[in-house]
Amino acid sequence: MQTSDLIRILPEIILAVAGIVVMLLGAFQKQNAGRMHPAIALLGLLGAAGAIAYQYPWRSLDPAFGGMLELDAFSAFFHILFFLVAALVVLSSSEYVAQERLASGEYHALLLFATMGMGLMASSNDLIMIFIGLEISSLASYILVGFRRGVATSSESSLKYFLLGSFATAFLLYGIALMFGATGATNLTEIHLALQAEQNTVTAMASPQLTPLVGPVPTALVGLSIALLFVGFAFKVSAVPFQIWTPDVYQGAPTPVTAFLSTGSKAAAFAVFLRVFMVALEGSAQDWVWLLWVSGLLSMVLGNLAALLQTNIKRMLAYSSIAHAGYILVAFTAHSEEGVAAVMFYLAAYALMNIGAFAVVSHFGNRGERYVEMEHYAGLGYRAPLLAASMTVFLLSLIGIPLTGGFFGKFYIFRAALHADLVWLTVLGVLNSAIAAYYYLRVIVFMYMHPAAEQIPVERVRPAMGFVLIFSMAATFLLGIFPQAVLDFASQAAALLLENLGNGVL
Amino acid sequence: MVPLSYYLILAAILFVIGVAGFLFKRNIVTIFMSVELMLNAVNLTFVSLSYSLRQLDGQIFVFFVMVVAAAEATIGLAIIITVFRNRESLNVDRIDLMKL
Repeated sequence: MQTSDLIRILPEIILAVAGIVVMLLGAFQKQNAGRMHPAIALLGLLGAAGAIAYQYPWRSLDPAFGGMLELDAFSAFFHILFFLVAALVVLSSSEYVAQERLASGEYHALLLFATMGMGLMASSNDLIMIFIGLEISSLASYILVGFRRGVATSSESSLKYFLLGSFATAFLLYGIALMFGATGATNLTEIHLALQAEQNTVTAMASPQLTPLVGPVPTALVGLSIALLFVGFAFKVSAVPFQIWTPDVYQGAPTPVTAFLSTGSKAAAFAVFLRVFMVALEGSAQDWVWLLWVSGLLSMVLGNLAALLQTNIKRMLAYSSIAHAGYILVAFTAHSEEGVAAVMFYLAAYALMNIGAFAVVSHFGNRGERYVEMEHYAGLGYRAPLLAASMTVFLLSLIGIPLTGGFFGKFYIFRAALHADLVWLTVLGVLNSAIAAYYYLRVIVFMYMHPAAEQIPVERVRPAMGFVLIFSMAATFLLGIFPQAVLDFASQAAALLLENLGNGVL
Repeated sequence: MVPLSYYLILAAILFVIGVAGFLFKRNIVTIFMSVELMLNAVNLTFVSLSYSLRQLDGQIFVFFVMVVAAAEATIGLAIIITVFRNRESLNVDRIDLMKL
């Protein structure tokens, strides 16, 4: 182990240390001395972001720990996104933690640990590290989902998430084991080389970097392994047919945690999904593209149709999050550089608008999340105009109205899909986003056009929450008016991710 | 010597038993045990493949899987206890507060 290796995981080290400090403070302090925890958590996130920035430009030619971790522009992009998401969630949960009397130390420590796991996922270039990162973030989020211990729905969500999550992890692991059996490697680059060698043996003979193989790669084993890996990842991104857990978990979890899961965890899962399928399994793309095609289409259709029927806002946003996973899979199906960049841009835009929407839901929900039904929002536009206005912005962005980040996210996704000749998928995707407009607009209609049935108390917005709302609104508009900077970053990262691959083979 | 395929088939059978247990059992603790069975089937696959490929990576992976399974067990049992405190039942069919 060298110093350069340690610098590569410095962001994760900082987060882990900050998490442990917060946890210990929580254990040894008095009950209401929880003011320090968010500050330390934010400081840790800032430090970790600094450690990422310190390594600019992210073109690591020497992957750390013998090729296990790779801090390239791709992982830097996701790291920054995770830190941003975690910071916004910390800020927006300060009201919630105080209101529900949650153990502030443990809450923030678990958030930091989950963020650390996501960071590891984004930069890992080895199936072992992917598994470890995935489990670090999942285990922390299982607990976070059930954090309101005395509430039956919260612990029920936690149980469902835990059981189905470990079920999916077992499938993922079996896929990894079979891939190891087929190629004799767990490193993504080596797997890529082994699979490539199988496809064009002539080129492979000439290549000196080729890993020694035990024999020819068994294609049936690789196919089965791809299917099992797909199950594991599709579960994590909540794509149909592995989406069953999503509505229940998102509904029962504390609202800030739901925001975290639907943005951070989803982005992290897509990061590994992209890296494994675009780097290691790129050579057998014809085997998995149709899986993504079908799953993407079903996710859009099922997510949107089920969201139409919901009356609970959190549950509606959960179904909409399944639909958004579908849109992202459309870009993924294109399996091109442009597609990867579109996925990354969409994840960033989706994270900002969704965190904003959940922040409003969390604030308005009041003690014990009492007011989360659609009819509670009636007349909100007149009693809390600013809150309602920000909710409107986020919902319009989720629909994909121009001038918001959601518009360009969808635009890039469908452009990438069209360039890859996925005409039908694009047409169906656009139709789906038209269906989606209905249930988002319904909330706006309720807020502005329905008279309030009962006087629902609206608390004053505290500064931290106000900052989150203003920040996410500003970022949503910024991505909708000047998307170029973020898109360029994503395109460069995607190019770098796929370019290294070409060099390794030919 | 026992050929590799025997181990792989045994592991596959164990995995399928785990899946079946997960899907058809109604007691939460039994379901949880089924997941552990699936993980151990994976471990068996790793070890036998690692032996036949003469590569240690698989055996190292098994250690990681065991550590993670232990961590998962602690968290899982804690979650099961909170559910039992709230609902006084360990039957998955009765854990149904949220529905479409």
